[in-house]
Amino acid sequence: MSFPVLNYEPVLLANIHKENSHTLAVYEAAGGYRALRKAMKEMKPDDVLATVRAAGLRGRGGAGFPTALKWSFLPKDHPGPIYLCVNADESEPGTIVNRVQMEEDPHQIVEGIILSAYATKSTTAYFYIRYEYPLSCQRMQAAIDEAYAAGFLGKNILGSGYSLDLFIHRGAGAYVCGEETGLIESLEGKRAWPRIKPPFPAVEGLFRKPTVVNNVETMACVVHIIDRGAEWFRSIGVPPNPQDPRDVGSLGPKLFGISGHVNKPGCYEAPLGITARQAIDELAGGVWKGRKAKAVIPGGLSTGLMSYDELDTPLDFAGPLKVGCLGLGTACLIVMDETYSMVDFLYNSCRFYAHESCGQCTPCREGTHWSMMIMERIKAGKGRLIDLEYLAEIGNTIGIIPGTTICGLADGAAWPIKTCIRKFRGELEDYIKRTNPTGYAVEVAVPALTGTNGKPH
Amino acid sequence: MSTTLAPHTDAFVKRYLSEEIRAAIEAFYPRYPSRRAVVLPALHIVNERLGYVPIEAVIEIAQMLELAPAQVQDTLSFYHFFPQDKPSGKFKVWFCRSLSCSCREGEVLMDYLAEKLGIHVGETTADGRVSLLPAECLGVCEFAPAMLVNDTVHKDLTKEKIDAFVEMVKAEKLGARG
Ligand SMILES: Cc1cc2nc3c(=O)[nH]c(=O)nc-3n(C[C@H](O)[C@H](O)[C@H](O)COP(=O)(O)O)c2cc1C
Ligand code: SF4
Ligand code: FES
Repeated sequence: MSFPVLNYEPVLLANIHKENSHTLAVYEAAGGYRALRKAMKEMKPDDVLATVRAAGLRGRGGAGFPTALKWSFLPKDHPGPIYLCVNADESEPGTIVNRVQMEEDPHQIVEGIILSAYATKSTTAYFYIRYEYPLSCQRMQAAIDEAYAAGFLGKNILGSGYSLDLFIHRGAGAYVCGEETGLIESLEGKRAWPRIKPPFPAVEGLFRKPTVVNNVETMACVVHIIDRGAEWFRSIGVPPNPQDPRDVGSLGPKLFGISGHVNKPGCYEAPLGITARQAIDELAGGVWKGRKAKAVIPGGLSTGLMSYDELDTPLDFAGPLKVGCLGLGTACLIVMDETYSMVDFLYNSCRFYAHESCGQCTPCREGTHWSMMIMERIKAGKGRLIDLEYLAEIGNTIGIIPGTTICGLADGAAWPIKTCIRKFRGELEDYIKRTNPTGYAVEVAVPALTGTNGKPH
Repeated sequence: MSTTLAPHTDAFVKRYLSEEIRAAIEAFYPRYPSRRAVVLPALHIVNERLGYVPIEAVIEIAQMLELAPAQVQDTLSFYHFFPQDKPSGKFKVWFCRSLSCSCREGEVLMDYLAEKLGIHVGETTADGRVSLLPAECLGVCEFAPAMLVNDTVHKDLTKEKIDAFVEMVKAEKLGARG
């Protein structure tokens, strides 16, 4: 099945090419805050939740968790406060789409936050944004200020009796702050050490109160679901498999970030379920320099590698899993052409996770550092074939999925290792043999190199 | 050593932060039900104004937020974001070394910039103009290779763009910070 990708009419990105798309005037002229007016006039919080449930919206932050289901875990009739935290940490390598939304259409996000806070009965929402997004932060703050002035935020929104405050909170350059409980700890003023779950945030989250953490793009989807209705949303993407009662499908529009060795890197909107090949060829103008793709990350570095032969995999919540990747993740692809070395890839990936591990769990702290040091040695021409076994062992044993760590950062570290060794073993072995012809078969312990080529880790 | 003053009591602390900084920090109090949540905003406020967060500032922030200095220092040290010994350079360069930038020669350009500045990656030039710091993905991968200089993203970097940046830095008159 193929989607007429280029004929698809964008919804989430409909405004971004307009002049001053970030201002309230331009947003409202295109129908902005229509959904909010409707909800404040005609809908109860539970109606908003029911509409989002009927639409089948799954969270865009990486795990694809059904949004209305997450909201429904909040305790009923809680005296409050209930908090909504919006996750704009976006630090997963390759991931750019939330930034484009914040810079070009911040009001769409603000409107989605107000609707979602209303549905969850939150009266305070925090917008947690990574520090390295100064323009996004500035545009979001300006949009929030405009929304307050227009009566969309603050006391008694549009005369509905509902009140909401929305505050920006800036991070400080740590990837683990994107993990929802790391985010909560960071917001509370502590080191961003993810919490052991349960309790889940819906029960005990920020300031020990019931809390929902949602991604920026999830918020934007809510606007269009309320505006156009659940049926419209369900008409886009991949419907649930009728044979599988547990499948909830992959519905709605999705933003795809595409970077690496392509002709037109950028942020694009398409229905969930386009193939990786369509994304690369039809959206991003194909692989650069007339070359062929060797390996593609389907959704942020954590999701691992797809090989060239796997590029017809649909980019929906189930697709990348079928070829052994962690999942759809953030749907941000990184394309590596046929000349790019998988040794460089794996070294870069291992270094990232070693740098970003928060250090609480021994398998993650030690596993990520050892994998980086092993890759450093291999890269320096001192690798042995047995190193690949060590790497595979690390890859197979760290993470929530094998059950050895608190958060999913370690799974993110593991999947690039596992998929690279499984799918590109030949290339890794050839490199080791070629660069270490006399030592590649050695199996006794050898010392680690010190420092990352003399650079700080 | 007979005094038993805890370091965060009023008597110990000579005011280190300006009234402007203290007021900026206090403006965050109403946003949160807990003072401790103001730690990161406070660290940013100090860092943005002074270029670093010396221990005196940590102690005073702790006092303002009714925390022990160790609690503030604990948070600060987690992020590797707030220098404490000396202010970072007037131009704070975060150079991306993650995958999308690296596979478009980002790290080669980072080394080139370091060489032109006569420093190692991670250091500040002797004249205090430029700090060159390695960064993980800056979230601007479609413009790889990229670096963030203070609040400005430098996109689609080439040797020529690095050369022009270094020229610009040299020509810049150095006034007082912020
Ligand atoms: C290490 C790590 C980093 C994460 N970073 C982000 C992030 O930057 N943005 C985000 O929305 N979700 C991130 N997540 C996922 C969040 O934990 C959470 O699932 C998500 O924000 C929920 O939003 P959603 O339900 O709208 O998808 C991260 C998870 C892990 C394990
Ligand atoms: S898995 Fe890694 S990042 Fe997550 S809590 Fe454990 S040590 Fe920290
Ligand atoms: S990899 Fe450099 S900005 Fe994302």
